[in-house]
Amino acid sequence: MNLKSDVGRMETSLRAKRDGGGKLLVAYVTGGFEGWETAVEAAAAAGADAIEIGIPFSDPVMDGPVIQEASEIALAAGSTPASILAAVPNLDTGIPHAVMTYYNLAHNPGHERFAATLADSGVDAAILPDLPFVESGPWREAAAEVGIETILLAAPTTPDARLPELCAASAGFVYAVGLLGVTGERSTLASTATEIAHRCKTVTDKPVLTGVGIGSPEQAVEASEVADGVIIGSAVVRQLLDGHGAEGVGELVASYRTALDAG
Amino acid sequence: MVMIDPTKEGRFGEFGGRFVPETLIPACEELEEAFRDAWADPLFIEEFHRILIDYGGRPSPLTECYRLSEQLGVRILLKREDLNHTGSHKINNVIGQALLARRMGKSRLVAETGAGQHGVATATAAALFDMECKVYMGQVDVDRQELNVFRMNLLGAEVEAVSSGSRTLKDAVNEALRDWVGTVENTHYCLGSVMGPHPYPWMVRTFHHVIGDEAHEQCLKLMERVPDVVVACVGGGSNAAGIFSGFAGTEARLVGVEPAGGAAVGRGVPGVVHGMSSYLMQDEVGQVQEAESISAGLDYPGVGPEHAYLSSVGRAEYPSVTDQEVIEAFQLLCKTEGIIPALESAHALAWVVREAETLRDQVVLLNLSGRGDKDVDQMMEVLGTDNDQ
Ligand SMILES: Cc1ncc(COP(=O)(O)O)c(C=O)c1O
Repeated sequence: MNLKSDVGRMETSLRAKRDGGGKLLVAYVTGGFEGWETAVEAAAAAGADAIEIGIPFSDPVMDGPVIQEASEIALAAGSTPASILAAVPNLDTGIPHAVMTYYNLAHNPGHERFAATLADSGVDAAILPDLPFVESGPWREAAAEVGIETILLAAPTTPDARLPELCAASAGFVYAVGLLGVTGERSTLASTATEIAHRCKTVTDKPVLTGVGIGSPEQAVEASEVADGVIIGSAVVRQLLDGHGAEGVGELVASYRTALDAG
Repeated sequence: MVMIDPTKEGRFGEFGGRFVPETLIPACEELEEAFRDAWADPLFIEEFHRILIDYGGRPSPLTECYRLSEQLGVRILLKREDLNHTGSHKINNVIGQALLARRMGKSRLVAETGAGQHGVATATAAALFDMECKVYMGQVDVDRQELNVFRMNLLGAEVEAVSSGSRTLKDAVNEALRDWVGTVENTHYCLGSVMGPHPYPWMVRTFHHVIGDEAHEQCLKLMERVPDVVVACVGGGSNAAGIFSGFAGTEARLVGVEPAGGAAVGRGVPGVVHGMSSYLMQDEVGQVQEAESISAGLDYPGVGPEHAYLSSVGRAEYPSVTDQEVIEAFQLLCKTEGIIPALESAHALAWVVREAETLRDQVVLLNLSGRGDKDVDQMMEVLGTDNDQ
């Protein structure tokens, strides 16, 4: 398959694995939380295909209690976008990195400057959950200019009329929001998770990953029957909040990896 | 000029927009469509105004302050939104939104509240329209506005104390948004000010337009002219937007007064939070700062996008006053006019008192956005019970 040259590292890497028949696993870790760097490395070693590094924001509207708490702790410990990004080049993972943060942290320094800082730090992609597709044009342009892929969220409520356009504009992968709600594990997989993944898959050839609400390896397998893979966030961060550190994160990610590989 | 309508992207100049998670975009679009449709429907408008009259107590009077005017050397007229049902201007917006929610077939209202006035108004409308109601309120505000928490409970609403972040209005908005992200199919977010994603800033202003329309007419009747200055306090900016909209097309000077500890416009740094691009108090990297004001209703680090716009084009000005000035203005209105104002509204008066010299012999129309019953406990602590100055 002939990839266009403007396809970035995140998409290239995830496509290659997907096209080789593998299911994709992306793990989120809150940057700035004590021990986050080793947690990221442990997640990579345990088989994650890409990492999302959260840059904590004061007002995380898309996040549930677990990630909110980790963000507050990281902020109180003095972490900043600069301190987190400065650590990224030293992360020994071998897989693509996305940052997940909120739009004001890109708006404040300005699109060009923030995008350049990400690129200089070896970040491949960005997820800004409060910058919806309809508002994302200027940022996506500035980001693409320096090779940063902007991963857009597709929600269960996104109308069919907008979905093809949204998926076409997304770079890296398409983030299918699994349920109506904020981040956090749920005890069962919402029916919306497979529905939205299916709707995305019918309009795009890009990797489609389901995130928000995935609470167990079994749910990850179920979600991946339709999607190309899953994103796990709160489950990972809970390991850190509960004091299980990088080891706990490694074991958790390994359990998802094993389940996904077994199908 | 008159107050402009936003562009179809919801912009007032460079401000406004729709910066919410993708999940909520369709709900914002649905709301915009429902609002446009309703506001073009004479039956809707008639029902809205009938409820504001028969239930809300409109029109609110215009009160000439003889003693205060003499003392300050400034002719002061008060637009008495404190006399509305539930004690503030908030009821105008809430009746409008509850009618819209019903029109959209939504049976549950969520709201954020700072001082509790918007929460009480929403709980009231929910009772009136037989809807379920949940109000998010920062823990700090729950503690300092206990009476309003109880009022909401009496009205059948559930109040959830929010203990994340600064535990005030900003965090209550976050929590209400999170609720809405999960319940958008049956729930309407009844936002309490001219803030948030499009169409809220424009829609909420439109529901408060009645304040400015009435005041304009009342001023003409009283003195056959418009006032020299129109002044209102600004938290998110809804009572100010309401009264400004009656005078934006006149020569009157428009003044929105912010608390010194929450002066979003005053500091003038653009930012994006709570669905809107506006002026925002933030640190050097973009983390939103915590506002700090004696008045829970103004304890907000942002401001409605239209105010950012009016400031940027120079049509309105946004000075700030200190807590101490507010405490003095609060007492002054009690003693000279026999009116206990909300601490929020006392900000507007504090500015007039400070500027009395430069305003000498001018006519100032002040939007008295609410009454101070809810603040009596707090003032008792500030002043002590043996205060007899
Ligand atoms: C009496 C009163 N005035 C003003 C406000 C501030 O809101 P806004 O700036 O939207 O008018 C509040 C908010 O709680 C209030 O209760």
